Amino acid sequence: MGGRILLVEDEGNILEAIGFILSRAGWEVQGHGNGATALDAVARTGPDLIVLDVMLPGRSGLEILRDLRARPETAELPVLMLTAKGQARDRETALELGANAYLTKPFSNADLLATVTRLAEARAATGRG
Amino acid sequence: MLSFDGLVAVCVLYVAMLFGIAFLAEKRAAEGKARWLSSPITYTLSLSIYTTAWTFYGAVGSAVRNGLEFLTIYLGPTLVFIGWFWLLRKMVRIGRAQRITSIADMISSRYGKSGGLAALVTVLAVLGTTPYIALQLQSVTLSFSVFARPGAFGAPDTEQTAIWVAAGLALFTIVFGTRSLDVNERHPGLVSAIALEAIVKLTALLAVGIFVVWGVADGPADMLARIEASPVSQSSWNGARWLGLSVLAGAAILCLPRMFQVLVVENSDERHLATAGWAFPLYLLLISLFVVPIAVVGLELHGPGANPDLFVLTVPLGLGQDGLALLVFLGGFSAATSMVIVAALALSTMLSNHIIVPVWLRLSRHDDPMSGDMRRVALTARRLSIGGVLFLGWGYYRLSGGTDALAAIGLIAFLGVAQILPALLGGILWRGATRIGAAMGIGSGFLIWAWLLLLPNLAETGGGLPVLFEAGPFGLAWLSPATPLGLAATDPLLTAMVLSLGVNTFLFILGSLVSFPGPLERLQGAQFVNVYDHSRPLYGWQGVAGAADDLLIMAQRILGTGRAGRLFQAAAEAQGRTGGVPEPTPDFLERLERELAGSVGAATAHAMVAQIIGGASVSVRDLLAVADETAQIMEYSSQLEAKSAELAQTAARLREANAKLTELSRQKDAFLSQISHELRTPMTSIRAFSEILMQADPVDDAARARFSRIIHDESLRLTRLLDDLLDLSVLENGRVTLNETEARLSDVLDRAIYAAGAMAEDGRLAIRRDRAEEAVALWTDADRLAQVFINLISNAQKYCDAAQPELTISVRQLPGRVEVEFADNGTGIPPRQQSLIFEKFARADTARGAPGAGLGLAISREIMARLGGGLSYVPSGGGARFRVRLPARALRAA
Repeated sequence: MGGRILLVEDEGNILEAIGFILSRAGWEVQGHGNGATALDAVARTGPDLIVLDVMLPGRSGLEILRDLRARPETAELPVLMLTAKGQARDRETALELGANAYLTKPFSNADLLATVTRLAEARAATGRG
Repeated sequence: MLSFDGLVAVCVLYVAMLFGIAFLAEKRAAEGKARWLSSPITYTLSLSIYTTAWTFYGAVGSAVRNGLEFLTIYLGPTLVFIGWFWLLRKMVRIGRAQRITSIADMISSRYGKSGGLAALVTVLAVLGTTPYIALQLQSVTLSFSVFARPGAFGAPDTEQTAIWVAAGLALFTIVFGTRSLDVNERHPGLVSAIALEAIVKLTALLAVGIFVVWGVADGPADMLARIEASPVSQSSWNGARWLGLSVLAGAAILCLPRMFQVLVVENSDERHLATAGWAFPLYLLLISLFVVPIAVVGLELHGPGANPDLFVLTVPLGLGQDGLALLVFLGGFSAATSMVIVAALALSTMLSNHIIVPVWLRLSRHDDPMSGDMRRVALTARRLSIGGVLFLGWGYYRLSGGTDALAAIGLIAFLGVAQILPALLGGILWRGATRIGAAMGIGSGFLIWAWLLLLPNLAETGGGLPVLFEAGPFGLAWLSPATPLGLAATDPLLTAMVLSLGVNTFLFILGSLVSFPGPLERLQGAQFVNVYDHSRPLYGWQGVAGAADDLLIMAQRILGTGRAGRLFQAAAEAQGRTGGVPEPTPDFLERLERELAGSVGAATAHAMVAQIIGGASVSVRDLLAVADETAQIMEYSSQLEAKSAELAQTAARLREANAKLTELSRQKDAFLSQISHELRTPMTSIRAFSEILMQADPVDDAARARFSRIIHDESLRLTRLLDDLLDLSVLENGRVTLNETEARLSDVLDRAIYAAGAMAEDGRLAIRRDRAEEAVALWTDADRLAQVFINLISNAQKYCDAAQPELTISVRQLPGRVEVEFADNGTGIPPRQQSLIFEKFARADTARGAPGAGLGLAISREIMARLGGGLSYVPSGGGARFRVRLPARALRAA
């Protein structure tokens, strides 16, 4: 399994950890630390999958998600949301806005990998990517 | 014959029995059980205080001296009760309607509640009554002395008798006359005691009379023959004196304070008067029936030299009838005591209400006449007055006892109180009578009476008339009481009577005609004169036929259809009528009025019923009462309004408190959410990297070392966060203990810079200081202050985005405080975030990714607040600028 993943996360250490895990599993990982410019990064890199933190400086992950779904070219792009707030309401909001999966920090590396793999396979099954 | 001691014992027993009767009556009345108390016979008997000891003993004496003239004393009242019954009824009705407490109150109420008139009448009443009380004391003492035989206690002391009697009467009157200050002013105990005494005195006189006619003479025929032969029947008949004395006695029964007390004040039911109308004259007839026979037999027995005033007593004694004599003695004792008791009570009410209390109020400037304090004052005033009146009577007796002056004073006193008559009659019958007229009439009559009769009598008491009275003042003979207006007064009493009452009446009418009544006077005048239009009888409505349907309609409007229907139905059934509409009987009207009163108030209910049955027009008084009730309702409704405003305020406060609580709850949720985020973030790194290290999949040594370092750093970050949270919690709850010591500002700054690691060789941040400025001695918690400085320095380290970061620390000493400023050369904090930086977890956007949970400034601000100073951000064009303010008490001389 391979492909490009855009990882939007402001905590440097978490960015490094997730990057390390996914890279080792064969993904090509692009990191991005600012919410305000995340959409530009998506357009620039054209990822197969996005891992998106909710609490971001500049712009919230949920707003970015809404914009992604509003644009035809990214409407179907698989998005995995990460949040440290751990409240059920955030999870519901994210899923309503069209997130494909949702993980609460801290998560296990195995869960992260399994979720990313499931999303990639689902996308492959729809015949795109 | 009884010994003196035995007599005293009998008296004490008799008085004890009176106390018992009075107590019992009070108790029964309080329980509402005493039917005999509210019987017309009791009322009639209480009226008999008119016949005092003076008439009890004196009538026989008068018959011996002047023939049938004594009858005038009974004739006047009898004529008043029979011929002027309507006037008595009107007086009683007015007394009830106006809640009159005394004759002085009656006059004062009629003439616009004038305090001056009330005081004048009171003075007149006291002057007219005091000698009368002295007469009673004298008669008791005299009757004692008749019995007087030395007993175990030695020779009887008549002076002692008088004072003991006076004291006992004062006690009785105080006990039963001033128990409470009731609006009705009725005294059931006292009234039943005097009713009993009335029976005793009547029985005594009748018993002596029967003994004389059938025991001494051989029946009425023999008695009549003896009367024919007796000098008693030889007395000449003086028509003018008969007329004068009858008028005087008639006036007295209306004006005497004690008569007014029993006639009007103690009246509990207007209908009793109807019985008294025939029963009281009958009583007078019975009591005078045997006066002449006793006088005749007395003269036969004891001869013209004996004191005829004591014949009632000496006739049975002389014939060895000791038991009968004792009964007579008790009769005379009863006559004396009942008069004194009622007179003292009536006078005390007047003295207290019209002289003592008004003066006390004026002196003490009490502004709440309805307070309990005031009631206590009024009661005390009455008790003192009773004592005072009896003391005066006793004093007058000591001065004039046994003299002709005392014997003559009875009629003089009658004429004194008769001066009230014109104002009284005029007030009841003539709406045009005014206060000025009443004052002029009573005042002039009083002066003439005092000058012509009272003062000469008082002077005589001292022994002989002084020249002043013989020849007149300034030698003006026409002013002399002996020859007023140059008239040779053959009968000073009659002359004075004609002069005083004549001038009195003339000035009363004249004064009333020329003066103009005030509004209250006019209202009261109408109330008195037209009392039947303005008040209803005590026993309820006069039945009026045919108004029942209208009453039902009105009742439905006020009580509601159901309740009104039930009320009328029940009444109709009780009357045995079908159809649900009862006859408007007085009982039913009264009941209906009570029911209505529950909804609309008594005055309004009365006015409404009165309108429908047309029995009486609605009077000004009724309207005033309605207005009063309306005012009360308005008062009540304004109280309700105030209450509702209060409730609205409370509701507003509750809403405010609720909003505050909601906001606090929201803040708490947000705070927990923030903490969750701040804890989960380092945990995520720790878990991710530790799982990487735990996996079998090997990582190279450099990566392992790096990952371990990250895990270590994030653990420290977690620890710091927890420390900060605890610190903040302690600071916010105010539980922090400050360790204040002396410290130098420069030393604290040194420590802070060192601890922040800003001294390190590789320190990026350059710090500029002016050590001279920093030479400030402080009294503060140096560790906490250093914590604040460390936070500010590390913020600069973290967030200053200049190429060559620089932090300038400057110190300024101001009056009362010292300020330390930390300014860096970065871009500063954007204005919209300046207000947020002191909030918990609020990191400026630019600070994202920098270590720290965003609690530093919140903690620092709390610390400065605890130290009595402050921490603020100073907006400026340049970099971030924080100002630490230390309070004056932290300042010590440098």
